[in-house]
Amino acid sequence: MTARVGIVTFPGSLDDRDAARAVTRAGGEAVPLWHADRGLRGVDAVILPGGFSYGDYLRCGAIARFAQIMTELVPAAAAGLPVLGICNGFQILCEAQLLPGVLMRNHRRRFIDRRLRVRIEDTGTPWTSGYRPGQEITLVLKSGEGAYLADQATLAALEERGQVVARYADGNPNGSARLIAAVRNEPGNVVGIMPHPEHAIDPLTGPGDDGLAFFTSAIGQVVAG
Amino acid sequence: MSVTAPDTVAAAAAADRPQPYAELGLTAGEYQRIRDLLGRRPTDCELALYSVMWSEHCSYKSSRVHLRQFAEKAPATSALLAGIGQNAGVVDVGQGYAVTFKIESHNHPSYVEPFQGAATGVGGIVRDILAMGARPVAVMDALRFGPADAPDTARVLHGVVAGISFYGNCLGLPNIGGELAFDPCYAGNPLVNALCVGVMRHGDLQAAAAAGEGNQVILFGSRTGPDGIGGASVLASASFGGGEAAKRPSVQVGDPFMEKLLVECCLELGAAGLLAGLGDLGAAGLSCATAEMAAAAGTGLRIQLDAVPLRDPALGPAEILMSESQERMMAVAAPADVAAFLAVCGRWDVPATVIGEVTGTGRLQISWHGELVVDIAPQTAADGPVYQRPAARPASQDVLAADDPARLPRPSSGPELRATLLALLASPGLADKTWVTQQYDRHVRGDTVLAMPEDAGVIRIDEQTGLGVALATDGNGRYGRLDPYLGAQLALAEAYRNVAATGARPVAVTDCLNFGSPEDPAVMWQFAEAVRGLADGCQFLGIPVTGGNVSFYNQTQEVAIHPTPVVGVLGVLDDVRRRVPIGFAQPGCQVVLLGTTAAEFGGSAWAQVAHGHLGGRPPSPDLAAERAAASLLAAAAGAGLLAAAHDLSDGGLAVALAECCLAGRTGCRLELPGDPFTLLFSESAARLVVSVAPGGEESFAELCQRQAVPATVLGQTGGDSLAVTGQFAVPLAELAGIHQRVLPALFG
Repeated sequence: MTARVGIVTFPGSLDDRDAARAVTRAGGEAVPLWHADRGLRGVDAVILPGGFSYGDYLRCGAIARFAQIMTELVPAAAAGLPVLGICNGFQILCEAQLLPGVLMRNHRRRFIDRRLRVRIEDTGTPWTSGYRPGQEITLVLKSGEGAYLADQATLAALEERGQVVARYADGNPNGSARLIAAVRNEPGNVVGIMPHPEHAIDPLTGPGDDGLAFFTSAIGQVVAG
Repeated sequence: MSVTAPDTVAAAAAADRPQPYAELGLTAGEYQRIRDLLGRRPTDCELALYSVMWSEHCSYKSSRVHLRQFAEKAPATSALLAGIGQNAGVVDVGQGYAVTFKIESHNHPSYVEPFQGAATGVGGIVRDILAMGARPVAVMDALRFGPADAPDTARVLHGVVAGISFYGNCLGLPNIGGELAFDPCYAGNPLVNALCVGVMRHGDLQAAAAAGEGNQVILFGSRTGPDGIGGASVLASASFGGGEAAKRPSVQVGDPFMEKLLVECCLELGAAGLLAGLGDLGAAGLSCATAEMAAAAGTGLRIQLDAVPLRDPALGPAEILMSESQERMMAVAAPADVAAFLAVCGRWDVPATVIGEVTGTGRLQISWHGELVVDIAPQTAADGPVYQRPAARPASQDVLAADDPARLPRPSSGPELRATLLALLASPGLADKTWVTQQYDRHVRGDTVLAMPEDAGVIRIDEQTGLGVALATDGNGRYGRLDPYLGAQLALAEAYRNVAATGARPVAVTDCLNFGSPEDPAVMWQFAEAVRGLADGCQFLGIPVTGGNVSFYNQTQEVAIHPTPVVGVLGVLDDVRRRVPIGFAQPGCQVVLLGTTAAEFGGSAWAQVAHGHLGGRPPSPDLAAERAAASLLAAAAGAGLLAAAHDLSDGGLAVALAECCLAGRTGCRLELPGDPFTLLFSESAARLVVSVAPGGEESFAELCQRQAVPATVLGQTGGDSLAVTGQFAVPLAELAGIHQRVLPALFG
């Protein structure tokens, strides 16, 4: 058997195709999910991909959180379904309050697309179990509103509970608090990450294949049952 | 104009009256011709329609007599599935795939309102590609601005780059390359040329024709608003003469989210077989789409203009016809397919409305609340006038040619050569472009194999076989100013060479011809020479021009830009895993210079940066040598013999070597067999520098001999400096610092 990983397409999702390719490369079955769908088609995990859902109008992710699929996803996530939000998907998870904090405009107020180093700090999530604690990997960051911010109490609580999944390891590219690149919810099944692991699965088209373990981790866990 | 009292065909036939044709950009002669064609005065709507359709931008009335050469001199090829005259040319790239690509200008709007001007430039070219039935897969931008340190350049550049970033990123198309150049001649007339490439299966080709009597005409996408009215005529077909802020309403406003939905919606409609014809709404909006699609099919159309969904209910019929509101497409569908068509649009939340039907009358008939306001033969609008404008080589051309750069003092000692290299790398045109390119998403869709600062962008088409395409755009206004015929060929040669440097086989050309006013005989001479040069060059190289665009009136009052043909070349890579990058990434590779170097400094970056000089002759193109080098590169890349390859252009070998070292973070140590200044800074064409994979030296040398490409071994890669024995060495850290801080220091 293999894991069935749902990839949600909202109007304006862009990296859905890339997320599906990453799942396939990792040995899983990518299952397309449409924003207006009822039900999650029995998938074992869900990825909210990058892009500009609903044109990022109003505020990134603010409209997507009201999509029908989110009505299905929120209780499933609460029940422990592994969910990964990448870039715009991370923004949607924050807007839906599945993750704490917000993502704001980059501190230099420009979109940036660059490769950078990211340190994996929490390997206890279904998406990062294939990494070593403290392992540094190279990913692509591409976003205009990627600065992770939260109030001091929230940040302190995140640190205390070990909910910071990854940090930027070679400088602060966008003004994120405490260099935070990825966080998880308290149980750990929901992870949001700003850089794109799905764009680091093949040296031909990305900075290498350091991102693949996000997908093999989750798929491996499902298969192991 | 009011809803209640439109000017009807009946009223026009009954009563004559003075009409504002000049304000709409028509000459007295053109206005008379419209009257003669109709046998009466035009209605307000007809006048509006003809004014935009007969604008320079839409009708190519000054350029058409010259552009014919692209077809007349086109090399015989079976690879072209659709050529000039379509929205974009379509090229067979094998394995059942076809690629369509085109470059287009959005110069005037980008000066008046840089952000929206550049954004909608991307949107417009993407819809051209979409209209062919292809999925757009990448974009590129060739940008030219005034002096980098001029205050207005910062306004225009920030807006243009942010506009491209905003639109392209949100649309989800990787930006894989282009150009960034600065010259005082572009200060009041920046050039913003956008290229898009799309991929389809052979059977997916769509016709921009309204065929099939009784078929329904569906307008879908954004609602029509009062933006971009007269964009093609008032804005793009006239020189600037002050008061440009007043032209802002002629600039369109873009919504990339709607465009993304439109892309997915169109592709789904095509896949479901629901399209009998498809056209985009660009310049001249609904006027152009209706007239051209009817003319292409030889049919008639009956359109109910009051059915067009509006953003502003106060719009009158003539304004609706002229509006260039973005993100709109027009399709023709069989009556039985309309319900399914509208359902697909509904799934993508794309508004769609039936606005008319195809008729057998051969007339374009448009009504407004039941009254006929347009009744014309569509071909008369689609064809437009043709002018043979006077052209004359200006006497100043001789003065320019006589001003030979040989008289300029040259660096000779090692430290002088070193300082010259660093000065070139610190000039804005040759500096590191990351400040700009980092604002573009190059990774989305996951098929980008090479992107800037590589010689060409490379996109994978088929994940299994590795089939892909390479694209480069090039142009050099300084060469064009010295000799427009040679300048056009040098632009072609450079783009061809850039594509070849990746290991790809060049197959087709698109061009964006940026010039001053065609009403100036000197400009018209430049244009005629450039077209002739390009057509001759393409004929020689055996690659056809498949489409493109002409942008005239890039001048402010009497001052025209340098003649700037920007040439895009498409190449095919049978397996993108064999692509060759520019960076020296591996030590111990032999560094080889390909081609022949002569002392050619006319129009060179050195003459500009060191002396502010423009004069003499540009380098001589050698198209036979270009062709030989391209075959060599394709063979060597296919055999895996090359670790890196980089074309030599602005700044010559010295700048190319610095770029190779910086891109791959590996130095090199070289010896120069001859005059170091000439070898380092001459801009002779048909040259590349390559690094040979260890062990491949002999095979590569044999290949060079077989293809008769002169090859000079210069030294080896390795170390952490760019070192020229007996002359100078520059640590990579110093090179990088100088190269990288220029644009951030200028633009923040």
